[in-house]
Amino acid sequence: MVKLHELSTEELFTSGHRLCAGCAAGTIMRMTMKALRRPTIVVNATGCVEVSSTPYPYTSWKVSYVHVAFENTAAVAAGIEAAYKVLKRKGLYDKDVDIIAIAGDGGTFDIGLQALSGALERMHDFLFICYDNEAYMNTGIQRSGATPHGAATTTSPAGRKIPGKPEFKKDLIGICVAHGIEYAATASPAYWNDYITKVMKGLEVNGPAVIHVFSPCPTGMRFDPSKSIEVARLAVQTRYWPVYEYEGGTYRLNIKVPQPKPLIDFLKMQGRFAHLFQPSFQRELEALQKWVEENWRRITILCGEKT
Amino acid sequence: MVIFMAKVMGLTGNEAIAYAVKQCNVDVVAAYPITPQTVMVEVISEYIYNGEMDAEFICVESEHSAMSACIGASLAGARVFTGTASQGLALMHEMLYIASGLRCPIVMGVANRALSAPLNIHGDHSDMMGSRDCGWIQIYAENVQEAYDWTIQAFKIAEDPRVLLPVSVNIDGFILSHCVENVFVLEDDVVARFLPPRKPLITIDPTNPITVGAMCLPDYYFEVKFQQFQTLNESLKVIREVTKEYESLSGRKYDVLEAYAMEDAEAAILCIGSTAGTAKEVAKGLRREGKKVGVVKLWVYRPFPQEDLIKALGDVKALAVLDRAFSFGAPFNALCSDVISTLYKYRKDIRVFNCVYGLGGRDITPMEIRGIFEETLEIADTGRLKEYVRFIGVRE
Amino acid sequence: MRRLSGLSETGRKMGWKELPIGGYLLEPGSSMKYKTGDWRAFRPIIDQKKCVNCLLCWIYCPDGAIIRLEKNVDVNYDYCKGCGICANECPVKCISMVEEKW
Repeated sequence: MVKLHELSTEELFTSGHRLCAGCAAGTIMRMTMKALRRPTIVVNATGCVEVSSTPYPYTSWKVSYVHVAFENTAAVAAGIEAAYKVLKRKGLYDKDVDIIAIAGDGGTFDIGLQALSGALERMHDFLFICYDNEAYMNTGIQRSGATPHGAATTTSPAGRKIPGKPEFKKDLIGICVAHGIEYAATASPAYWNDYITKVMKGLEVNGPAVIHVFSPCPTGMRFDPSKSIEVARLAVQTRYWPVYEYEGGTYRLNIKVPQPKPLIDFLKMQGRFAHLFQPSFQRELEALQKWVEENWRRITILCGEKT
Repeated sequence: MVIFMAKVMGLTGNEAIAYAVKQCNVDVVAAYPITPQTVMVEVISEYIYNGEMDAEFICVESEHSAMSACIGASLAGARVFTGTASQGLALMHEMLYIASGLRCPIVMGVANRALSAPLNIHGDHSDMMGSRDCGWIQIYAENVQEAYDWTIQAFKIAEDPRVLLPVSVNIDGFILSHCVENVFVLEDDVVARFLPPRKPLITIDPTNPITVGAMCLPDYYFEVKFQQFQTLNESLKVIREVTKEYESLSGRKYDVLEAYAMEDAEAAILCIGSTAGTAKEVAKGLRREGKKVGVVKLWVYRPFPQEDLIKALGDVKALAVLDRAFSFGAPFNALCSDVISTLYKYRKDIRVFNCVYGLGGRDITPMEIRGIFEETLEIADTGRLKEYVRFIGVRE
Repeated sequence: MRRLSGLSETGRKMGWKELPIGGYLLEPGSSMKYKTGDWRAFRPIIDQKKCVNCLLCWIYCPDGAIIRLEKNVDVNYDYCKGCGICANECPVKCISMVEEKW
């Protein structure tokens, strides 16, 4: 756990980036940079953060930063990690560095899943952070494997016949843990202490670590820019976004929610769920509620909590 | 007269390239197996796992990740190698452009193989030809000796601060990749002196942070790409310098192309890869019959050696350009297109026709090549072309 | 090696001969030269008498536009986009969003 006043005032993710006003990803990047312990290389996938933070000739990064393509963040990170390993062995490089791979939900759940899976299986020493805004936001709010059931996106619109995305969200932590890695965790930027601590923990792990952090998007999820952190907090307090970690074989629920706020409060804040409140789509709303409840139950059981 | 002490080994193309990679003290190899490249990376793995080569072999989960990992490792300052073929090369297509755009001096061995569909594992040039615009330096070897020599030279060319572009060394699938030939190999210390450890200009060393891979909007993209375009064209000069230095070590003379019996040739064949070897043998036979024929073999296909080509063609009157790949829907196929464009630029009037051959690993025989020579001689005599594009050995 | 951004000292866009190789950006944090403050429609005003220096606005600001001072915080109006997260999260409600006058 860290103290807010003790965090460095140095901004390694500087102002002047072009992220939307109120974008939680900006907050997440700044928080991530506060958790560094030594010279770090950030590998980033194409996406909101990448295009907004490196429009030539401006860059918001004061750490070494590499962007190659959309789907290969983990593979590039693997290459960098192997290079430094062998360069050190050959006496051509002498410092210890950290590698953080940052990708959105697109570059993690869908197009980026192969590279992530390969890198986890080979146990490269790096931290992978997925900032999840639950759709391909950068290209205009198209649905992804991380979009929840019933959410309206441009490729799963709230239509008269089909009200939003029919499918459900993938379980990223489950997929990652199945690879036999040491550490995986979810987080929310509203809980800054939990998130920053997890980044520090992930960096210390000798091997791959994955953090899946919720990144509310005012533009795509359709709420007022001032509410991003509030949405991120409500997500946790309604049990929609369980905050837990997996460490060396044990699951731990970090933020317990004994008296959850009604899910409706979270859904009502976002325009992408507005259509679910029409009486004709009651069934979809209930399906989403059921998924949240079952997901929470599954995770609490894993964490050894009383359900 | 200088005598070069050399060791002779019997090696296949794949083994020769792997051996060269070991001698070049490569740091990182990230590769995915695909026929007919598999042995190339298997031998490298053996070297590493037996402690004969100190490198990291990343057994990536696809060719796309292979090139991605190579780019990452190259940016970190490592000497990087990979190998692929056919579908694998096609899968990493987007990464080829990124590797050259980000100026990573990666060397890749390609065991050229036909592209699907239909599925075919045998040798032709459709894979590399399909990616010829990716901004890489592309070199074709005629035999296993050349595969070995060019791999070593490729690292030196790629890592030269005036170049800093990736290089592909292409060998015909199965014909060169799997056939054993005599190879004169250099001593380890000779290679080590020719190719000292890589000294990168800029790396992503986090103690000196830089941003690589920024998004360039319309106001900057053209300039960055033009820089790359200029560099690729000017790399011919560096290639010539490296081949000259290599000659002093090995006794073997390389250049951007080889002109065989072209001084007084009236008719010629232009081709790349192993077919050039067969063509030269047939030309030798025809020369003994008094026919004035020659062969132009390109070593370097990209950047296309325009001036050298014009000089090599001399006063030839008819030329057959052999393509081992289709360029679907185009008036001429890749190699022929480039030749004809060059002739147009330099206002040379030569009768050129295109022969497509050897697709999917189909052999081209000395008899067929002799037939092409005879046709070219006839055209040189009469000045009349019958067809612009011919297809060697296709059944009706 | 001189660290250059894509702009010369006079702000002219560089040509291909001058640009660093490969589109690399050699000047870390150069985005500070791009002031996003003019994006604002509302500006946050901190009532310094009420501010308890909890630093929550500072950690939550997506743009790093909250400056930490000795015993309180202030807004860096060069970069503040006026999103209002700071005002929304402030536990003592000492930040008000006032319409920007351009």
